[in-house]
Amino acid sequence: MADKEVVRLEDVWVQYNGVPILEGINLAIEQDDFLGIIGPNGGGKTTLLKIILGLISPSRGKVSVLGKPPEKSRSKIGYVPQHNLFDRDFPISVGDVVLMGRYGKSGLFRRYSSEDRRATQDALQTVGMLDYKERQMGKLSGGELQRIFIARALVAEPKLLLLDEPTASVDPAMQTEFYELLEKLKKRMAIVLVSHDISAVSIYVDKLACLNRQLHYHGSKEITPEILEATYKCPVQMIAHGLVPHRVLKEH
Amino acid sequence: MLDALQYEFMRNALIAGVLAAVACGIIGTYVVVKKMVSVSGAISHSSFGGIGLGYFVGINPVLGALFFTIASALGMGLVIKRTRLPEDTAIGILWAMGMAIGIIFIGLTPGYAPDLFSYLFGNILAVPFSDLILMLALDAVIVIIVIALYKELLTVSFDEEFGTVTGVPVEALYLLLLCMIALTVVVLIRVVGIILVIALLTIPAALARQFTHDIKKMIPLSIIFGALFSFGGLWLSYELDLASGATIILLSGTVLLVTLGLSRLRSRARIHETPPNSAG
Repeated sequence: MADKEVVRLEDVWVQYNGVPILEGINLAIEQDDFLGIIGPNGGGKTTLLKIILGLISPSRGKVSVLGKPPEKSRSKIGYVPQHNLFDRDFPISVGDVVLMGRYGKSGLFRRYSSEDRRATQDALQTVGMLDYKERQMGKLSGGELQRIFIARALVAEPKLLLLDEPTASVDPAMQTEFYELLEKLKKRMAIVLVSHDISAVSIYVDKLACLNRQLHYHGSKEITPEILEATYKCPVQMIAHGLVPHRVLKEH
Repeated sequence: MLDALQYEFMRNALIAGVLAAVACGIIGTYVVVKKMVSVSGAISHSSFGGIGLGYFVGINPVLGALFFTIASALGMGLVIKRTRLPEDTAIGILWAMGMAIGIIFIGLTPGYAPDLFSYLFGNILAVPFSDLILMLALDAVIVIIVIALYKELLTVSFDEEFGTVTGVPVEALYLLLLCMIALTVVVLIRVVGIILVIALLTIPAALARQFTHDIKKMIPLSIIFGALFSFGGLWLSYELDLASGATIILLSGTVLLVTLGLSRLRSRARIHETPPNSAG
């Protein structure tokens, strides 16, 4: 069983300026998991992803990805950040952005190979954006950008895909398509999706956890009424032990 | 102007213009797309410390600037990346500190500091041959590094965090980029001077950005614009008997502003041509 494990977090704590962001997180993700993590904004969701990526080191606790420290396993992780942070004026084409994801396979001073370019084609094909290869990044819509960032994460053939608020700037019509894409991908890799959008997430993911500094892991393989109930109960719990105002409840 | 070419100082000025255009076209492109204009301003002003050091030690001030500017670029990069000081605060502090060091050194140097003014505001007509050789060498270093590390620099410019995730040595490359800005500043000091460097570093690239969406095309285009501005500014300053550095900058800035104005008019005209029902 242990060799199927992709991520293991043991009693992970993170503090920033003395303020706790994550408290005593225990989490195990297996290779065929599709895990959704929901929670209010400011609940530590992005921090948790950055812990798994090794971009932040925990103040306490142990993190391992594919049996190694996260920095050593990064080439096996595909990461899709909250994309509203990127500069839309940056002069770069879709194909070049996706190609960037191949860096781990090529390395310093080396040019991208024809294999890297083939992988770029495949990744764009997977997300249905091959026709946009020469297009400017700044000219894409929110949903299209999302697909490109997923292609960039997929191009290195990761064992684990981390998605941070992937539907935040995708219009509802595109969201269904987006989750269908993840449905296809989950056969090839473990997926962790972080979102404050509780309704959509709970339909598509196989396992569900709630995060507001502490992690409440529901760990079920199927979406049963109990899980849905647990999901809805969760925000209530969050109010009980969190001071952070959040939108989860308002959307119901 | 053509008869002026019989003078060595005029030929040197033209060569200096081309060498400056190469450095500022390449590095200026990164400065513009990665939005590093203020840190570049700090690096260029801190080079004054090196000029002062050069006077004080009694070596070529440009050589003094070379070492001092690289050192302050590295220091600045480390302060920005490794301390909790906000980036623009760090920039403001180091900007003034570099200049202060220069003033102290010049004060300590006995006697009068000759052609100090030309380091501050540039004098393309007074570039000695030895400085042309130095400029050529620095250009060569910049070209080689950018060709060798093109894909890494592109990744770091576009998305530092993703670069870290894919294993790009982000901090080292950021420091390298700052060092190349320092080299470019040194190349440009003779042409437009410390105070005006920032304009030649940004205007040709910002203009090139108007015409292309591809960094690979933006770089040669900025080099061409930079060279045209140097020649045009040099010619204007020769004809009108004006300060060369300032003329080059004002010419470049005017062309950029006119281009922006024209493209605005054009896009407005396009909106008017489009019938309202076909929009969207």
